[in-house]
Amino acid sequence: MERIPILRMGSVLLVTIQVDMQDQTAMALQEDLAEKIAKTGASGVLIDISALEIVDSFVGRMLASISGIARILSATTVVVGMQPAVAITLVELGLSLEGVRTALNVERGVQLLERARRGASLEH
Amino acid sequence: MKREQAALLSSLGAGEGHVIDAWLDGTGVTDSAVRRSMTVEAKEIAKALGDGLAAEGDLASLQHGGWAELRHVLETLSSSRAARGQTAGDTSRFILALKKPLFAGLQQQLAADPAALMDAIWATTTLIDQAAQYTVSTFQQAREELIKRQQEELLELSTPVIKLWDGVLAVPMIGVLDSNRTQIVMETLLQSIADTESALAIIDITGVPTVDTLVAQHLLKTVSAIRLMGADCIISGIRPQIAQTIVHLGIDLQGITTKATLADALSLALSRSGWRITREA
Amino acid sequence: MSTETSGTLPLASEQNIVASRQLVRTLCLQLKFSLVDQTKMITAASELSRNTLVHGGGGHMRWEFVERNGKRGLQLHFEDQGPGIKDMGLALTDGWTSGGGMGLGLPGSKRLVNDFEVHSEPGLGTRVSITRWK
Repeated sequence: MERIPILRMGSVLLVTIQVDMQDQTAMALQEDLAEKIAKTGASGVLIDISALEIVDSFVGRMLASISGIARILSATTVVVGMQPAVAITLVELGLSLEGVRTALNVERGVQLLERARRGASLEH
Repeated sequence: MKREQAALLSSLGAGEGHVIDAWLDGTGVTDSAVRRSMTVEAKEIAKALGDGLAAEGDLASLQHGGWAELRHVLETLSSSRAARGQTAGDTSRFILALKKPLFAGLQQQLAADPAALMDAIWATTTLIDQAAQYTVSTFQQAREELIKRQQEELLELSTPVIKLWDGVLAVPMIGVLDSNRTQIVMETLLQSIADTESALAIIDITGVPTVDTLVAQHLLKTVSAIRLMGADCIISGIRPQIAQTIVHLGIDLQGITTKATLADALSLALSRSGWRITREA
Repeated sequence: MSTETSGTLPLASEQNIVASRQLVRTLCLQLKFSLVDQTKMITAASELSRNTLVHGGGGHMRWEFVERNGKRGLQLHFEDQGPGIKDMGLALTDGWTSGGGMGLGLPGSKRLVNDFEVHSEPGLGTRVSITRWK
């Protein structure tokens, strides 16, 4: 079974999903990310879904789960690059992806994570 | 290969040029330019028919695999006729006119065997009738698709997405908002947001006479989709009456920022994007 | 280019769910659906394929090109011989945001297609049929 690679860019973990994932691949990604966030103490997770033509409820819930897990581990998650047709379909499906932050592209996503990191450190 | 198929194939192939000419004569077309283009169409149909017969296509059913090429040629014929504004009847008559020269050919070949001739003629007429019917049904479809495309283009023209500023798009909605219209606007707006990577979209509803629960639902769905993509939305042009209706109907705007005028919305969009405007006194 | 107008795909493993998405995509392309309609149909198929596998104990997806009033469409049937749906009312209740419903995603999938039908008998199995017209 293929595993989606997780790259590290400073204090941010970067994931690019480019394949039509099997359910187990999505679950493995969730586990791998949780482990890596804890291990590296990353403050941000950026998930690039610009290549995904289909996001169904399974993938949607995975994204929400990752977001929640990351938050518990003190990291912010941002999902970037959602295609218009995917957004329209998710709304129709009724999946609100509550708690998942999104940005138009990787650049904006990184800016968002940077603001969140600075905001968090100001609280100390 | 069955006898009827063989007889038909040779009736078609033996004097193909002759069959085509006789066919076109039967349509009564005299204009030479039209006749030339029809000759091209006729040749394609004759070839597909011949190939289908050679592949032992079932004469009783046009849906049979062997007739795939013929079906495709007929679909193309229908589409182009539909686009040219001709009628389904004309296209059907064109196909039916092929019977006469084919029958003549069959008669020549099977004159000595009346029973076989009868079978062959019956099989031929069955097939040609189906072909004619097929052009009619695909013609219908082609026209409907054409009309639908034209309607969509018209809708796109009537709700243009405008770039107001770097990263700020605006859509002025005018007229009655129905499900179809709102869907097209939503798709166009979202695509523009993706293409221009604009983080803010202003939907101006000054030109919308009334807002009911259904319209509000469509607008809210659009805003949800915009937010899912990572952008945000401001609704402007809310007249006092509409504001009252919204409260009256108990519509929850879910934290969407609303402004009375497009100007106010632009001002807010700019400041949210980090722009400060100063005026030289 | 295939001239098939119907077919069947087994739904017995996770790979089959991916295969069903890819197959439905191919079929939608053949009918030249708009990108949004295609996305909705594939997503609905993914939801229902998963249901068949996870809740129905496996089954298959039957597909066919259909026609009505001169319009063409794609019809998919998701069939299994699993336990069936005990409470249809609950299954058709939207529950994702409230946490209720049955988590089968049926109301959501219903919104993604034009025609939606579900037949289920506890102990006999389930069939969900969806259609998207051009």
